[in-house]
Amino acid sequence: MMALRAILLRDMRIAVRIGGGALMGVLFFLVVVTLIPFAIGPDLALLKRIGPAILWLGALLASLLALDRLFAADHEDGSLDLILMGAAPLELTVAAKGFAHWITTGLPLVVAVPVLGLLLDLDPAAMGVVALTLLVGTPALTFIGLIGAALAVALRRGGLLLPVLVLPLTVPVLIFGVSAAEAAIVGPVPFGTPFTILCALTLASLVIGPFAAAATLRHGLD
Amino acid sequence: MALIDLANPTRFLGFAERAMPWLVAATVFAFAIGLEQALFVAPDDYQQGATVKIMFLHVPSAWLGMFGWGLMSIAALGTLVWRHPLADVAAKAAAPIGAAFTFLCLFTGSMWGRPMWGTYWVWDARLTSELVLLIMYLGVIALWRSVEDPGRAGRAAAVLTLVGAVDLPIIKFSVDWWNTLHQPASVFRLGGSTIDKSILVPLFAMAIAFTLLFVTLHVAAMRNEILRRRVRGMRMLQARAQEG
Repeated sequence: MMALRAILLRDMRIAVRIGGGALMGVLFFLVVVTLIPFAIGPDLALLKRIGPAILWLGALLASLLALDRLFAADHEDGSLDLILMGAAPLELTVAAKGFAHWITTGLPLVVAVPVLGLLLDLDPAAMGVVALTLLVGTPALTFIGLIGAALAVALRRGGLLLPVLVLPLTVPVLIFGVSAAEAAIVGPVPFGTPFTILCALTLASLVIGPFAAAATLRHGLD
Repeated sequence: MALIDLANPTRFLGFAERAMPWLVAATVFAFAIGLEQALFVAPDDYQQGATVKIMFLHVPSAWLGMFGWGLMSIAALGTLVWRHPLADVAAKAAAPIGAAFTFLCLFTGSMWGRPMWGTYWVWDARLTSELVLLIMYLGVIALWRSVEDPGRAGRAAAVLTLVGAVDLPIIKFSVDWWNTLHQPASVFRLGGSTIDKSILVPLFAMAIAFTLLFVTLHVAAMRNEILRRRVRGMRMLQARAQEG
């Protein structure tokens, strides 16, 4: 447990220091949400209707942004080898790294939703629902992304490959995240059904992600 | 005192030390006059009531948001062309202040927009280009924060700042074109009106006060940045001494 806590704190500390990407994701999220009205026009009624979808897409892309550095930075300075040889189970270590990554990149996206919701003219209730679905859904994005991040290290120059590998895997999360938000705002489907499926997806990816990523690292780096 | 005399950081620190009390006093004095003018002398609008007072914060901060980028562009020229040693310090110190004023402009604007337009945000051309300016400020700050060596970060940020200085007017015009293409200028009811003298004098006083505040904060931030770099240099020397 001590080792896991140390890794968690270390990763969070690195993320907020110079060169870390803690707030870069939020900035990217802001840019994406700003660019979309330029493409589809400044029609507030339209933006309000597709607002939850824009926020979800923006968050999905932003959560990919810092992912390729997740293991690559550790690989470059050699600490990944130490982690691989360490006594703590690799699956748990990977999960701790994923959790630290989510706290520094996923959680700020959730916090940014009310501000960005204002830009899209969402009601306070709608912002709350989108923030809630993102709070539940972004861990799934991060932990699915762990697999891609591990592949990116193992394959060398996998940085470009990562979005191509990861984005298709996030389709179910996107579907149920947006439909839960839409269900709560306009109906007619009850909010509970898609939301519980979203929760289930997150819980499943919390288990699958670390195992798959650990397996990839073990096979890729020997 | 010529600009080149301040190239020596120690001399600049001495200058900042002497100028700071005067700058602070001038800022406080200007704010006392400006706020008195804005809050008590300027009349309420016959339509907007007391909310029109927001303008006295809103307009100067919009102006200083752009002033900040102008200052950074001059400093960027100083970094790239004249290799002035303090230019990148000035550019780095100006970025967060400019971003803060731009944010203040957007924030007061949306506080004002809520009672007047019934919404916190519309994709009006002016608002949108201000938002793009804020994003560009945040981008420059992010660039400063992602390179460890201040000299290298300074040159990269200087190039980005100059590109931004060229691109910002283009963004401004294209955003104007983008919005008026889709929507007539019905949302923005401020434009076109001539401003009465009773409003203009307090606005001018507040603009001077805000500018003095900007300059004071900027000199203080430059001083802090110089000291921070000295600390960094000493730490590296110390680390090297311990190694060898």
